[in-house]
Amino acid sequence: MKKAEYAIRLKEITKSFGNVVANNKINLFAKQGEILALLGENGSGKTTLMNMLSGIYRPDSGSIFIYGEEVYITSPRDSFELGIGMIHQHFKLVDVLSARDNILLGTKRKEGRGTSSLSRGIEDICTRFGFEIDLNKKVHNMSVSEKQTVEILKVLYRGAKILILDEPTAVLTPQETEKLFGILRRMKEEGCAIIIITHKLNEVLEISDRVTVLRKGESVADVVTSETDAISLTSLMVGRPVELSINRPEPAGNESLLEVYHLTVIDDEGKKAIDNISFSLNAGEILGVAGVAGSGQKELCEAIAGLHGVEKGAILYKLENIVGKTPDEIIKMGISMSFIPEDRLGMGLVASMGIVDNLLLKSYRSKKGLFIDRKPPAELAKRLVKKLDIVASDFDSPVSRLSGGNVQKVLLGREIESKPNVLVTAYPVRGLDINSSYTIYDLLNEQKQKGVGILFIGEDLDVLLELCDRIMVLYDGRITGIVDAKSATKDEIGLLMTGSKLEAGA
Amino acid sequence: MGGIKKHKRKEPLIRIAKREGLSKPKTVALKVCATVLALVAGGLFIAAQGHNPFSVYFFMVKGALGTKMSFQETVKVAIPLLISSLGITLAFRMRFWNIGAEGQIIVGAIAASYFALYKNTMPHAVLMSVMALAAIVAGGIWAGIPAFFKSRFGTNETLLTLMFNYIAQYMIQYLREGPWKDPNALGFLQIARFSDNARLGSVLGIQAGWIVALLLTVAVYIYINFTKSGYELRVVGESENTARYAGMNVKRIMMRTMFISGAVCGLAGMLQASGTDRTLTDTVAGGVGFTAIIVAWLANLSAPMILVVTALFSILEKGISFIQSRFMISSAAAAVLQGIILFFVLGFEFFTRYRLVLRREAR
Amino acid sequence: MGQHDYVISFIFASVLAGVPLLFGTLGEIITEKAGHLNLGVEGMMYMGAICGFVAGYHTQSPFLLLLCSFLGGAAGALVYAFLTVTLFANQNVTGLALTIFGAGFANYIGEALIMKAPNRAAVLSDNITRFFGGIYIPVLSDMPVLGRLVFQYNIFVYFGVLLAILGGIYLNRTRRGLNLRAVGENTAAADAAGIRVVLYKYIHIVTGGGICGLGGAYIAVVICGGTWTNNCVNGLGWIAVALVIFAGWSPYRTILGSFVFGSLDVLRFYIPKDVINIPTAFFAMVPFAVTAAVIVITSIRKSAVNAQPRCIGINYFREER
Repeated sequence: MKKAEYAIRLKEITKSFGNVVANNKINLFAKQGEILALLGENGSGKTTLMNMLSGIYRPDSGSIFIYGEEVYITSPRDSFELGIGMIHQHFKLVDVLSARDNILLGTKRKEGRGTSSLSRGIEDICTRFGFEIDLNKKVHNMSVSEKQTVEILKVLYRGAKILILDEPTAVLTPQETEKLFGILRRMKEEGCAIIIITHKLNEVLEISDRVTVLRKGESVADVVTSETDAISLTSLMVGRPVELSINRPEPAGNESLLEVYHLTVIDDEGKKAIDNISFSLNAGEILGVAGVAGSGQKELCEAIAGLHGVEKGAILYKLENIVGKTPDEIIKMGISMSFIPEDRLGMGLVASMGIVDNLLLKSYRSKKGLFIDRKPPAELAKRLVKKLDIVASDFDSPVSRLSGGNVQKVLLGREIESKPNVLVTAYPVRGLDINSSYTIYDLLNEQKQKGVGILFIGEDLDVLLELCDRIMVLYDGRITGIVDAKSATKDEIGLLMTGSKLEAGA
Repeated sequence: MGGIKKHKRKEPLIRIAKREGLSKPKTVALKVCATVLALVAGGLFIAAQGHNPFSVYFFMVKGALGTKMSFQETVKVAIPLLISSLGITLAFRMRFWNIGAEGQIIVGAIAASYFALYKNTMPHAVLMSVMALAAIVAGGIWAGIPAFFKSRFGTNETLLTLMFNYIAQYMIQYLREGPWKDPNALGFLQIARFSDNARLGSVLGIQAGWIVALLLTVAVYIYINFTKSGYELRVVGESENTARYAGMNVKRIMMRTMFISGAVCGLAGMLQASGTDRTLTDTVAGGVGFTAIIVAWLANLSAPMILVVTALFSILEKGISFIQSRFMISSAAAAVLQGIILFFVLGFEFFTRYRLVLRREAR
Repeated sequence: MGQHDYVISFIFASVLAGVPLLFGTLGEIITEKAGHLNLGVEGMMYMGAICGFVAGYHTQSPFLLLLCSFLGGAAGALVYAFLTVTLFANQNVTGLALTIFGAGFANYIGEALIMKAPNRAAVLSDNITRFFGGIYIPVLSDMPVLGRLVFQYNIFVYFGVLLAILGGIYLNRTRRGLNLRAVGENTAAADAAGIRVVLYKYIHIVTGGGICGLGGAYIAVVICGGTWTNNCVNGLGWIAVALVIFAGWSPYRTILGSFVFGSLDVLRFYIPKDVINIPTAFFAMVPFAVTAAVIVITSIRKSAVNAQPRCIGINYFREER
C-alpha cells in the first residue's frame, strides 16, 4: 500500500456520447487522506468522469489506476470491489425498502437480515462517524438529508476507501452542509481519499485540499486550495474573468398581481404538500422561493398553473379566483400565465418533436379549423434562435438532442413570447453553464422590467439572494418566512429552511 | 486492499454505446435486412420439417400473386389487415396499447350483420351506409370503454382490450347458436348468408373495400400529421404531463382517439362480413387484429409504410394457405413466420439506437 | 348427488381448473419482479404444452414431459429476455410477438403430430395420463370431505402450491429475493448497489417462462385429457397475466386467486340447466368478463399501484442519461 502514492489516477480519459465529447483526455489523481474538489461548470464533464470510476460509464480511451495498478471497471460491482463508492446526485435508493435493506442490497455478507450482529456492523459505522438514523425507516418516508446519510452508509458498509460525492450539498441547508463536511473530515482522517464534485466556490475553499478544474470536458488546472482564491478559480472554470454578480433592477411596480390565500394542497400520496400558506406576488418583482427539495415547491407551482387540485384556499389573479379551473380554462380566460416546469423534457416540451412542433404546443388551439398551421411557429423559431442564440441544427430534429441550455431557452422563449403577466419558473438554470444561466437571468430581469410578476423557485441560495427582490422560504409545505433579499443572509435563510420560524413575517 | 488483488478482470470484447438517431433510409434498410434474415430463419425452420425452403417460398409467392384470381384473393386478405393496422396505429401513436382490434372488428361485424340480416329491405346504398355506420359506432364504443377506464382510473388497457376480444368472440358464438341461428341450415349452428342487397359490390373484381382501405390510409396519414387532433394525440403519447401542461384535456383526447381507432377496426369488420364472407362467422376477425399489431409496429406506425408491410404480410398469409395442401404445411406456419419476422425486426431496432464498440486494441 | 357432495365436487373441479393459472401467474410474478412485463405467457404456455406433449408422446416418460415443457416455456422466455434485456426491445410488442409465435409454433407442430398419428389423434400413453391422474394415499385420501378436498388431486396441484409457497419465501425472506425486488423496483439503484442486474433479469425471466410452460403441460395432459388439441390454451395465459394484478404480486394470494378463477371455468357444469338456462357461450365468456371486471375494479381502488414493481416495462441501459 505504501508503494502507491495515489489512491486514484486517471490518465488521458476520453468519453463521448454520440457526437458530443464529454471528457477529452482528462488527467486526475487523488491521494489517500486527501479531499479533492472537482470543480467545473454544469456540463463540463465532472459527473461523466466520476461515473467512469463508479462503473456506470466506460471510457472510450485512457486508463484508470487504483493504488498504482491499472484496472478495468466494467460495472458498479467492479467499482465496489476496488473500494470505490460513489454517492450520486440523484440518489440510487429503493424507495419501498428500509434503510437497512438498502444498505445490505447486493452485498455478500452472510449474516441473515435483521440479526443483531449485522445491525451492529452498520451501527458501528454510525457511532464512529456520528450518523443518526433509524435503520428501519422506509426510504420514501425520509428527508433528503436522511437519504443522503443512507447513501453514505451504503458506501462505508461496503468498505469503500475512495469516496466520490456528486454535488452533495445541492439539496442540503447550510447547517446540514456543515454536518456533512464534519463527516468528510473524519473520513479523511481515517485515510480515505475523497473526491467531491461541486460548482460552489465557497465550498471548494472550505473543505478541499486540492482542486482539479474541468472546463468543457478538459482538465485545465490542478491547484492546491490554500494557494488559490475564488476569483482565480472562477476564471479557470469559465475560461475568462467573470463578473460574479447578477443584476437586480428595481421592482417595476407594486400593484399586486397574484394573491394566494390559505392555500392547502394535498399531494398524490394524500399528504399535505402545501399547508395553509398565504402570500402575494407583485407586478414587476421577482419573488424567490427557497426550501429543501420536496418542501412543496412542485405542488405550489402546479396548483398555480391549474395542474394540481387545491384542497382549500384561493388563488386570486387580478382579484379573480382561478382555483378549480383547468389550465385550458385559465388560458381561455385571457390570463397569460406561464409556468416553466422543473422537468423540462417531461412536462414543458415534447422530447421527440422538433422546435417548431414544440412552439405549437400552446398556440395551436388559437387557429380555427381542423388543421394545424406550422408557418407562424416556424417563423417564431427563426426569431427565437436568433434572439437567444439557440444552437440547433434544424427546427425539426427532436429537441431532446439539444443541450440543456438550448432546451431551456426554447422553453423560456416560448413562454415569454406569449406575453405573460405572471411567470412561474422552477429551477430554470438547473444543469446550465454560467453563460447560459446569465442569459436566463437577463431574460427574467427583462420580463420583470416589463412589469411581469415572477415566481422563481430556486435551489442555489447565492443566486436567490442576488436575483430576487423578496425570498419566501418553504418548509414542509408551510411558509417559515418571507425576507427582503437585499438584507437577508444565507444563514438566516438556511435556518428558515430547517423549519425555525421567523418571529415577524415580512 | 484485498479487493484489488482479486480484480484481474479483462476488458470485455464488446460493449454497447448509444448513438444519435439513425437516418431514415438506414432505418428502413435495417428493417429490410431483419425481414430477410427472418425469412432465412423461417427457411431453416421449414427445412427442418424436411421441405425445400426455396420451393416453399417460391410457391408461396406464386400462390399469392401468380394469377389474376390469386392476386384478387390476396388483396381481399389485405383489406381488413390494412384497415385495422391503421386503426391500431392511431392508438399506438398515443402509446395506448390497443390489443383489442380483434374484438373491435368482431363487434363492428356484428353490428353491421344485424342490419344485413334483419333490416335489409332498405335501398342498397342506404343499407351499406347504415351497416358501415353501425360498425363504426360499435367498434368505437367497444374501444371507448377501455379508454374510459384507462383515462379515469389508469386501468391497464392492454389486458382490458384483450379481455374484450374474448368477450366479443363468444358473443358471435352466442348469436350463432341462439338468436341468429339460421333456421334453414338443417340443424347446423350457423348464421344465414346475407341477401344480395346486403353484400358489398365489387370494383375491378375485388370487393369495394379496397378503395375504402386506400382512402383510409391517406386519411390516417393526414389526421396524424396535419390536424389538431392528431397533434394532440402525438403529444399525449409522448408525455401526458406535457399535454396537461399545455392545457389539453387528456381524458377527452384519449377517448376520442380510441373511439376513432376502434371505429376504423369496426369498419374493417363490416367490410369483411359484407364484402368477403357474406355472412357472420366465428373467424370474421381470424387473428387479423393481432397480425395488425405486428404490421403497425414493423411500419414504424407510419401510414404509408403500413401499406407496404400489409402487402408483404398478405402475400405471406395467402401464400401459406396456398401451399398448405401441396406441402402438408399447417396454416399455423404463417403465425410462426410472422412471429419470427417480428422477433428479428424487434432485435434489429437495437441497431438504430445503439452501436457496438469493440475492445480497444492493446496499447 | 347430495348438497354436500355437490359443493365438494365443485371445489375439487375448481382447483383442477385453476392449476394452469397458478403456474402461469407464478411465472409472470417472478418475471415482473425483475421489472419485465412479459405478455407472452399465453405463447410460453403453448410452447410448454407442445414441447412437453411431444416429449411425452415419444418417450412415454412423465419426467421428460415435465422437463421439456419447462424447457419449452423457458426457451420462449429466453428469446423474450434476449430481445428486451440485451437488445432493449419494447416489452409489450415482444411479449405479443411471443404469444403469436408460441401459438403458431404449437399448432404447427401439433398439426404435424396429428397428421402422422393413427386415427388422426395424437394421444399420450396410459402410463403418462395415469401418472398425472389423482393420487391415492391410503387412509388420508379415504377421509370424508378432507380426503377429497386435500388428498386426491394430481401431483401438479401439490407441486403448484408448493412452488407458490417457495416462491413467496424466496421473494420475501431471502437475500436473493431482496435483490430481485430491488431490480424490479429501481433497476438503477440495484445496479449501483452491485447487483448483477442483467443476470438477475435473465434468470428470473427464463425461470418464470419455464413455470408458465409447466402450466401449458398441464393443459395438454390434464385438461385436454392427453389428446393434443390445437388452440388448447385459449386465453388462459392472458387471464394469468391479469391475475398477477389481482394477486397483488404475491405468490401466496395467487393460490387462492387461481382457484377462484378456476371455478369460473367449471361453473357451467355446476349450474343445473333447469335452474337458470344460460347459453354455453356466456359460460365460456365468464372468466374473461370477470377478469375484465377485476382489472377495472383493482384500478379504481388503486390497490395495484403500490404493489406493482416500479420499473416494470422500462428497459434498463446503464449509460442512459
